Amino acid sequence: MNKWSRRAFIGAGTVAGGGFLLGVAGFTFAPSRHSLVSADAAAKGQLTTWITITPDNVVNILIPHCEMGQGTPTALAMMAAEELEADWSLVRAQEAPAQDEYANGYIIRAMGGGYVPAMLGRGVDYGAYKAMAWFGLMVTGGSTAVRGTGEWGMRVAGAAAKEMLVAAAAKQWNVPASECVAKGSRVAHAASGKSASYGELARAAATQSVPTSPTLKNPDSFTIRRTSTKRLDIPSKVDGSAMYAIDFTTPGMLYAALAIAPVQGGKLVSVDTTPADAMPGVKKVVKLDEAVAVVADSFWRARRALAALKPEFSDAGHGAVSTASIFAAFDQALGPAPALPKAAAKTLTADYRAPFLAHATMEPMVCTAKVDGDQADVWAGVQDPLNARSVAAKALDLNVDNVRLTNFMLGGGFGRRLPFTFDYVDLGVRVAQAMSPTPVKTIWTRENDIQHDYYRGAAMSRHAGALDANGTPLAAHSNYTGGGNSEAVFMPYQIAEMAAEEKKAAHPIREGQWRSVLNSQHGFFKESFIDEMAHAAGKDPFEFRRSLLGEQPRFKAALEKAAAMSGWGTPLPPGEGRGIAVCDSFGTICAEVVHVAVSPEGQLKVVHVYAAIDCGDVVHLDGATAQAEGGIIFALSAALLSEITIDQGRVVQTNFRDYPMIHIADAPKITTAFIRSEAPLGGMGEPPVPPLAPALCNAIFAATGVRVRELPIKKTPLKRA
Amino acid sequence: MPITLTVNGKAHMLDVEPEMPLLWALRETIGLTGTKFGCGVAACGACTVHLDGRPVRSCVLPLSAAGGKSVTTIEGLAQEGGLSTVQQAWIAHQVPQCGYCQSGMIMAVAALLAETPKPTDADIDAGLTNICRCGTFARVRAAIHEIANSTAEESAS
Ligand code: FES
Ligand code: FES
Repeated sequence: MNKWSRRAFIGAGTVAGGGFLLGVAGFTFAPSRHSLVSADAAAKGQLTTWITITPDNVVNILIPHCEMGQGTPTALAMMAAEELEADWSLVRAQEAPAQDEYANGYIIRAMGGGYVPAMLGRGVDYGAYKAMAWFGLMVTGGSTAVRGTGEWGMRVAGAAAKEMLVAAAAKQWNVPASECVAKGSRVAHAASGKSASYGELARAAATQSVPTSPTLKNPDSFTIRRTSTKRLDIPSKVDGSAMYAIDFTTPGMLYAALAIAPVQGGKLVSVDTTPADAMPGVKKVVKLDEAVAVVADSFWRARRALAALKPEFSDAGHGAVSTASIFAAFDQALGPAPALPKAAAKTLTADYRAPFLAHATMEPMVCTAKVDGDQADVWAGVQDPLNARSVAAKALDLNVDNVRLTNFMLGGGFGRRLPFTFDYVDLGVRVAQAMSPTPVKTIWTRENDIQHDYYRGAAMSRHAGALDANGTPLAAHSNYTGGGNSEAVFMPYQIAEMAAEEKKAAHPIREGQWRSVLNSQHGFFKESFIDEMAHAAGKDPFEFRRSLLGEQPRFKAALEKAAAMSGWGTPLPPGEGRGIAVCDSFGTICAEVVHVAVSPEGQLKVVHVYAAIDCGDVVHLDGATAQAEGGIIFALSAALLSEITIDQGRVVQTNFRDYPMIHIADAPKITTAFIRSEAPLGGMGEPPVPPLAPALCNAIFAATGVRVRELPIKKTPLKRA
Repeated sequence: MPITLTVNGKAHMLDVEPEMPLLWALRETIGLTGTKFGCGVAACGACTVHLDGRPVRSCVLPLSAAGGKSVTTIEGLAQEGGLSTVQQAWIAHQVPQCGYCQSGMIMAVAALLAETPKPTDADIDAGLTNICRCGTFARVRAAIHEIANSTAEESAS
């Protein structure tokens, strides 16, 4: 434990009104082979936390992660409160202090290095802030929040604060600190009968020396963690008061609608602005390098005027690119199936294909900006405020310290709002610059969103496997395109020969991180192929996997649990089947069994999904369950329906009509179970995604004998033979 | 000619184009941002409000069609005594994740329950076509059933 102390520092001070403030910042190096968000960030993690205790005995926890629907702030607050021995009913997270600049409520303040909230601006060591600014990233993604910030920041801050409160009480009462007990936001000394609230002790606590290595609680004594407290953000999400970037307004603000070059990399060649110029409410048609924007006094008017324009864009030389040309290049790059041992009694090969996918967050991309001289304000919903701010500064050619970014609740993230994919911030600030100093809100339509995403990459994989006469696997090899990493291609099975080799086939479609990243394609590839090997061996797919997991107890336990939950092996009516898959991502093992029913005509119904998850330990039980449910639905929509195709270099799909999502009628029953292991905390936002598609396709095979090797499933007729 | 409509019990006179969709009038002209923009083509339900008690997708409803009528948005769903039963059930079941679809989801469910106080699963499947990218469907269904059951108990007692 105490990994944080290697390169961490803690700062304490008092806040206005006699409270207590504690901050922890630290750099730490990712302890495992798991990458965080990108090649650049792979070796690093960052975290910082702030705790304040005010005289009214309220603990405020300021959280450096955005709320994108995962309950992250609640889970992180629980981790700090647990170590602090706080009374949970007296804990607040990310709620705005009653000061003007916070008055809008529910806004998660961007904690950029140059922007320190006034609340912290008195007598405080700014070290943690500076550290974070140097690092330049403040990411919520890669399932890092709880296992990084929480484990190494929140817990430590909570524990340190508790020790300082105890020290303050001991000093005040002139008793040994070891005789004082902290519990329920109070410190008590049994022998003397003395007791004081944290609020009463806060001012004195702030003057105590900061423990460099506070003791963390034994998990057996957790009272807040592992429970299901109500999430702090939910009340605002049932009455319309939650503030998303699209809801922000500022006096005098105008609205912009965008047409972006339909082929990525294309430029605006020409546009006759006259049809728009005279339309009601239009203030200006702004020509940008790769887009044209109409700025008007309402978004609808801006959009209507934009529709009257016929901008011409170049195609950057990619006008001949299509889905077919990309997959043809994949096919060629993959070459012949990988070679197999000569001694094999039986061999098999299979190709799998996964399409490009859009994130389609429910809230489209939005950026409001006000550029005034050498100063700029930006309001947007991002998974990394610091990187977004630097994108804005670069686009405007301003010093980053002169740019302030305010972050909001996100109407979905899924990887769309991560570093290096802030085109909506880049475009938004350039539109505002053209209207300077008037603030402009640029709203992407759903069409903009679907057609200008950073897509989950298309990929193809060519597998070859060999079995001996007993059906024992001898080799499982694959060549793949579309990128991979050691985590995504890793197979936990004990097979004598295993290799996965990347083959390059470049294409111009821009890609980004999509919930579970490369695991989303590779989970489908590898867990489909192992299933095909099981059937080729004439063995039950669950037993076959289990027999190969002797050296992987976590995988084995998850697999067995999911199978047991689903009643694996019990008979099903004709046309029904179960499929199983197990994947490891972001430190978490997730096994899923999918139960399907397929009508004789080929109508597919997903009946039930069972998930057994080992993420080490669960911080917030109901929140983790919700993440599993959500991840399964997200993956199911993609597996069944989703495909972005390319024609003449452009994305063909435009909106939810041709990029459809499942509805409640298609949603299966979902049963989840968590396995507690000794492993370090794993992520929860992403790991439920990868096993879903293979388990589903394996179930379809069990039900129909049809092997689906290409996603989405709707492309394969499932009519039973 | 200004268009008059009542929103959450309050009369508004709007001097904008009659073809402007109700969604944008609510959000930008009146300033009620609880109703969300998700697709603009009636495909997602994020913009659902009640028009004279019936659910409508406000992103495709021209203001002219709302003139003289009564609109209820998510901000107006709570009653004098506090949150509506649907909103309470949403908190009890911790339904929202990102929450962006939930204004529309709650309005659609409130309308469904007004029409069919004890919906079967088939009624729910047929009556609710809102998209939720966060995948909250299991909780939506559980919350609806709980509301239906507790209203049934009330009327039985
Ligand atoms: S925004 Fe109206 S249905 Fe999607
Ligand atoms: S809660 Fe996020 S889209 Fe439904």
